[in-house]
Amino acid sequence: MPTENAMPLFRLEGAKMERHEQGDTAPMTADQEAIVARVLQRHAGTAGPLLPILHEVQDALGHVPPGAVPAIAHALNLSRAEVHGVISFYPRFRTQAPARLQIEVCQAEACQAMGARGLARYMSERLGCGMGRSTPDNAASLHPVFCLGLCAQSPAIMINGQPYARVTPERLDTLLSHLEGVE
Amino acid sequence: MSKDATIVYVPRDAAALAVGADAVVAAIQIEAQRRGKAVHIVRNGSRGLLWLEPLVEVQTPAGRQAYGPVAPEDVPGLFDAGCFEGDAAQPGRDATAGTPETARPPHPLAHGLTESIPYLARQQRLTFARVGITDPLSLDDYERHGGWQGARSALGRSPETVIEEVVASGLRGRGGAAFPTGIKWQTTRRAPGEQKYIACNADEGDSGTFSDRLLMEGDPFCLIEGMLIAGYAVGASKGFIYVRSEYPHAIATLGAALDLARSAGWLGQNIHGSGFSFDIEIRKGAGAYVCGEETSMLESLEGKRGLVRAKPPLPAVQGLFGMPTVVNNVVSLATVPYILAHGAAAYRDFGMGRSTGTLPFQLAGNIRRGGLVEVAFGVTLRELLYDFGGGSASGRPLRAVQVGGPLGAYLPESQWDVPLDYESYARMSAMIGHGGIVAFDDSVHMGAMARHAMEFCAIESCGKCTPCRIGSVRGVEVIDRILSCEGGERDAAVELLRDLCDTMLSGSLCALGGMAPYPVLSALEHFPEDFGLARKAVEPVR
Repeated sequence: MPTENAMPLFRLEGAKMERHEQGDTAPMTADQEAIVARVLQRHAGTAGPLLPILHEVQDALGHVPPGAVPAIAHALNLSRAEVHGVISFYPRFRTQAPARLQIEVCQAEACQAMGARGLARYMSERLGCGMGRSTPDNAASLHPVFCLGLCAQSPAIMINGQPYARVTPERLDTLLSHLEGVE
Repeated sequence: MSKDATIVYVPRDAAALAVGADAVVAAIQIEAQRRGKAVHIVRNGSRGLLWLEPLVEVQTPAGRQAYGPVAPEDVPGLFDAGCFEGDAAQPGRDATAGTPETARPPHPLAHGLTESIPYLARQQRLTFARVGITDPLSLDDYERHGGWQGARSALGRSPETVIEEVVASGLRGRGGAAFPTGIKWQTTRRAPGEQKYIACNADEGDSGTFSDRLLMEGDPFCLIEGMLIAGYAVGASKGFIYVRSEYPHAIATLGAALDLARSAGWLGQNIHGSGFSFDIEIRKGAGAYVCGEETSMLESLEGKRGLVRAKPPLPAVQGLFGMPTVVNNVVSLATVPYILAHGAAAYRDFGMGRSTGTLPFQLAGNIRRGGLVEVAFGVTLRELLYDFGGGSASGRPLRAVQVGGPLGAYLPESQWDVPLDYESYARMSAMIGHGGIVAFDDSVHMGAMARHAMEFCAIESCGKCTPCRIGSVRGVEVIDRILSCEGGERDAAVELLRDLCDTMLSGSLCALGGMAPYPVLSALEHFPEDFGLARKAVEPVR
């Protein structure tokens, strides 16, 4: 029984994210270099250290600057291609500065059962940016995720690492106007 | 806290935080101060009654009284109604306590004693026995509620007998594959290798599942204890917990718990004088679903792209950094302390056939009372959906249920009375997986869900094997064709889809490509009208 809310088929736009575009190819600043060097030093004795290193660099700098790849590759005795390959394999790593509000919208089955697709469309319209994209002023980005583990309280989203469940367009409006106000 | 302070529990679990638990805590503190009442707030794990979150519990002489879902604006009213008077128990809705003349009218948010809420009272909580009851980061609480008993029992006997106990319990891998845990341990114990590892798979990516998360946030010491026992049994000195990056709260709670366990001598050198040394490190994933596949997870732990490895060699023989490695799911490991503390027989008494013990099922999606239901195998989907879940959240009839995550089959109502055990489900080309149950009402379009299954596989494929990498993309295209054309063209496309699914089922390297056809074929089989096809004259046999 096709219903209007399921047709036309919604495409999971932006799931293959734009995060891996070689955006900022500029060399790192001295501060950034120092931070990357400290992270590398801290993991000198870690087994299989690449993911922890990339997470720490991203936590400290907001993203993994492409300029950091040679230093990481050199320290771990890997090729730059291998490091780039790891960065681009994992959706979580980004090579460009993040938006101020990083919004992740769960598009997995449990959230779909409670209208996650409609919510994603609503957010896209409200923010004026497509899924997998950022607004032109980088105030907000919208990314699909597959499961935040809040499946009994769907639909769920995460904004800058904070979870929100049972999200309705009304609740989202209140939330966003509050968060945008804080900015 | 002062002696006469009322103890109030408000969960710290992400499920509670996501619906405003912190704001409720702030409101209680402000209101208590305004009224000059002494209140001591404990941030517990979640009871798993997720439709009631934020669930506020007040300690009374009769037990813990439950109120939920509580919004900050409800707090003054709850104070007015005397709900925060710890000593004057508010009887609540079920009015089992107190006589009618002394009982106040129940507050609309009152549910009586938490333990008496039928949803909870009818469960058999073995693995989740402490979750929601204790402060997850209190070593005292853990000890008082039976913590470390399994570890003490294990460290007091030989590793071989520990493995025998786990084998005898019949425990099977709770991540989804259902491989006997004890046998896996035996293989690793016997495999030659200087260094062995315990790798806990906490990359819980299946939609509709959250039991790993609830356990890591609600009873992290239990997982640590399970890993410690596993390490002792197989001769491993190092453990890793691979947690997905979508679970920041679980990562934080586990990190704090590891520090506390170390300070109490339960991790580190010569644990409690046993001569056994073991430590655990947390590793954070980075958003790749496929890393929940065990060999892909090992690659990721080694710092590589999460490409699936061909098996054999089994990880139990040649796993992390080429060394013998036990890869177990969170729930499997967290069940081990119970087995060691109470004996294999106590655990084996639950369940049916070769599916022994309990499974923490997770009710999700379009369901009125979603949450965690730990019961013995053998329960039916209908009992879970209606007796526990209370039917759909939307009030419309339920139509399809996906069991076992995004790679699990969609089951129509005719299959809801089959007992949930691994073998019965395998017989109908379905799987229990990690116990996730996602309900859909009659507004669902099963053609769209089938398409989503293929699209999800295309997005998440690691790319190593062709059936998965290419097959999933072609699958999306073929489903689009089925949904947009008619007559002979559509019939040809359906045949092509079945053929493609067959190739993926038998030709893929791992479960991602190998099981993505299950939701697709089950949707096609049971809901043909959503693909523009005629329903078969004869309904599938129950």
